[in-house]
Amino acid sequence: MARLNVNIQNLELKNPVMTASGTFGYGLEFADFIHLEDLGGIIVKGTTLHPREGNDYPRMVETASGMLNCVGLQNKGVDYFCKHIYPEIKSIDTNMIVNVSGSTLEDYAECAARINELDKIPAIELNISCPNVRQGGMAFGVTCEGAASVVKAVRAKYNKTLIVKLSPNVTNIADIACAVEAEGADSVSLINTLMGMAIDIEKRKPILSIGTGGLSGPAVKPVALRMVWQVAKAVKIPVVGLGGICTAQDAIEFLMAGATAIEIGTANFLDPAVTIKVRDGINDWLDRHGCQSVQEIIGAIS
Amino acid sequence: MLDLQVVSVDTLSDKYVLIKLTYGHPLPSMVPGQFVEVLIDNGAQTFLRRPISINNVDIEKNQLWLLVAMVGDGTRHLARLKAGDSLNCVLPLGNGFTFPDTVMQAAERRFLLVGGGVGVAPLLYFGKELHDMGCVPSFLLGARTAKDLLLVREFMRYGNVYLTTEDGSGGEKGFVTDHSILKSERFDQISTCGPLPMMKAVARYAAKVNTYCEASLENMMACGLGACLCCVEKTKMGNVCVCKEGPVFDVNKLLWL
Ligand SMILES: Cc1cc2nc3c(=O)[nH]c(=O)nc-3n(C[C@H](O)[C@H](O)[C@H](O)COP(=O)(O)OP(=O)(O)OC[C@H]3O[C@@H](n4cnc5c(N)ncnc54)[C@H](O)[C@@H]3O)c2cc1C
Ligand SMILES: Cc1cc2nc3c(=O)[nH]c(=O)nc-3n(C[C@H](O)[C@H](O)[C@H](O)COP(=O)(O)O)c2cc1C
Ligand code: FES
Repeated sequence: MARLNVNIQNLELKNPVMTASGTFGYGLEFADFIHLEDLGGIIVKGTTLHPREGNDYPRMVETASGMLNCVGLQNKGVDYFCKHIYPEIKSIDTNMIVNVSGSTLEDYAECAARINELDKIPAIELNISCPNVRQGGMAFGVTCEGAASVVKAVRAKYNKTLIVKLSPNVTNIADIACAVEAEGADSVSLINTLMGMAIDIEKRKPILSIGTGGLSGPAVKPVALRMVWQVAKAVKIPVVGLGGICTAQDAIEFLMAGATAIEIGTANFLDPAVTIKVRDGINDWLDRHGCQSVQEIIGAIS
Repeated sequence: MLDLQVVSVDTLSDKYVLIKLTYGHPLPSMVPGQFVEVLIDNGAQTFLRRPISINNVDIEKNQLWLLVAMVGDGTRHLARLKAGDSLNCVLPLGNGFTFPDTVMQAAERRFLLVGGGVGVAPLLYFGKELHDMGCVPSFLLGARTAKDLLLVREFMRYGNVYLTTEDGSGGEKGFVTDHSILKSERFDQISTCGPLPMMKAVARYAAKVNTYCEASLENMMACGLGACLCCVEKTKMGNVCVCKEGPVFDVNKLLWL
């Protein structure tokens, strides 16, 4: 057994495998398939200050080795989360991390402040990169100034581990990463979905209700991996890598590209127990290669 | 998540197959209206699971039946399965049709099960369970043409069967909502599954005659577990997941009427 534990600044993870926001519900949906406490962390659904109904159906379509979604951050709002969901998940013995979204700086900061009060939520992942909401969301994540301004506003109200999730829909993702690092982000995670589209040629109209959606799954992996590698070289803070990870080999590629931890999203839909298989696969690989600790392979290519 | 084994794949027509599956241990208990998420082949075009209704459960033989319409790569792949192949399924998922609480209620309650096309799938298991409770359900089954009327003989084992086809090649000509049985008889519960326009027409009929009506929806799904919020239907309670809160809904909760 190699040592699998890693740290994202003060946050200790039992192993580098976490789940990606929006693909794993609140974790409980997967309790029949895995022991949730075996994960390094669970990043729950995107949460906003006010309730959101999300976009109209259809919200998803399968594309070659991937899928597009335009869920649009449907959630019942942070107060509902604190009152009704937090009590149900706070005893799960792993890092329960809330993904926070907003459309104004004030909303982001206020939402983060409410979650700061919750003892058993040691970190948030700030989503400045959602492609599926009209205002805010990704708009902040596509410029250095926008990204820096959200992180600054949230940092002032939030004193636990702050992970900032970056949009791949930018010209230079490393610049954005540096901008959020400078404002005190503890870590960056990437990538969120890549903006995409699919058309129903019989109806001559887009399949998704809002026309476009975010691409995820194995189709995005090479792009995500390249971006993680670029960002890991550019920043000093730990990087969390995701995008298309389905197997231990995929995960190890991200670790070698410089990610300290990884998240698994779309692959949970194919195999609800994939996360644990990836964790075990990383361990087997380390054992086979005589590594004492997963730390030995983080950034091992650079 | 179980690796089930294919017992047989029967071709019902050029469009439909009936797949019978079994398992080395007793199958988990499943109620009519629930569905399974089957893993196709991890191929580039078919890597998400496909939701398929539980068509029948044969407890004695420890078999699960799936009735599949070949509409795309995933379902065509299922149709090519051979006896002995394994099929990875997450099951059972979702909530079933409304059942009578007691045997006494079952005997008195008049059920009409309305299916169109491959939407007849979950109604067979539902009808069988009702039959086993001492009820004689009525099945109103519709299709384009006679050869798309599926498993009619199976349905006849469990209740009264009424048929319609759009071209008149089987049963009465027209849509299910045109069938004469709806003019001559009244029911206490209508449960329906099939194409959306058909289910909406059935719901309008039920509203007109003031009868409880529930419909099984087939929204596109990614996870099937209530985790991704892709499969939502607009309801009077806002957007709800069909996979977790449904797939069977009281039509009065939907925004159809
Ligand atoms: C709860 C539920 C139960 C279902 N039960 C059955 C069943 O018992 N038997 C059966 O044959 N099918 C059933 N379906 C529909 C089935 O899931 C789809 O037909 C299947 O996913 C199509 O996959 P494919 O790869 O063959 O087609 P694709 O290539 O994915 O699509 C081909 C065509 O089918 C349409 N389609 C895709 N998914 C759906 C869907 N979910 N509903 C309607 N049309 C769709 C697409 O719009 C496209 O035009 C059910 C769906 C749900 C949600
Ligand atoms: C259905 C769906 C919903 C998502 N919702 C969110 C969300 O609420 N917040 C967020 O930051 N990312 C969200 N994402 C993006 C994922 O967390 C992840 O960044 C992306 O899917 C890439 O990883 P993957 O290829 O492993 O899925 C969502 C993705 C999917 C497929
Ligand atoms: S399919 Fe994911 S929530 Fe229903």
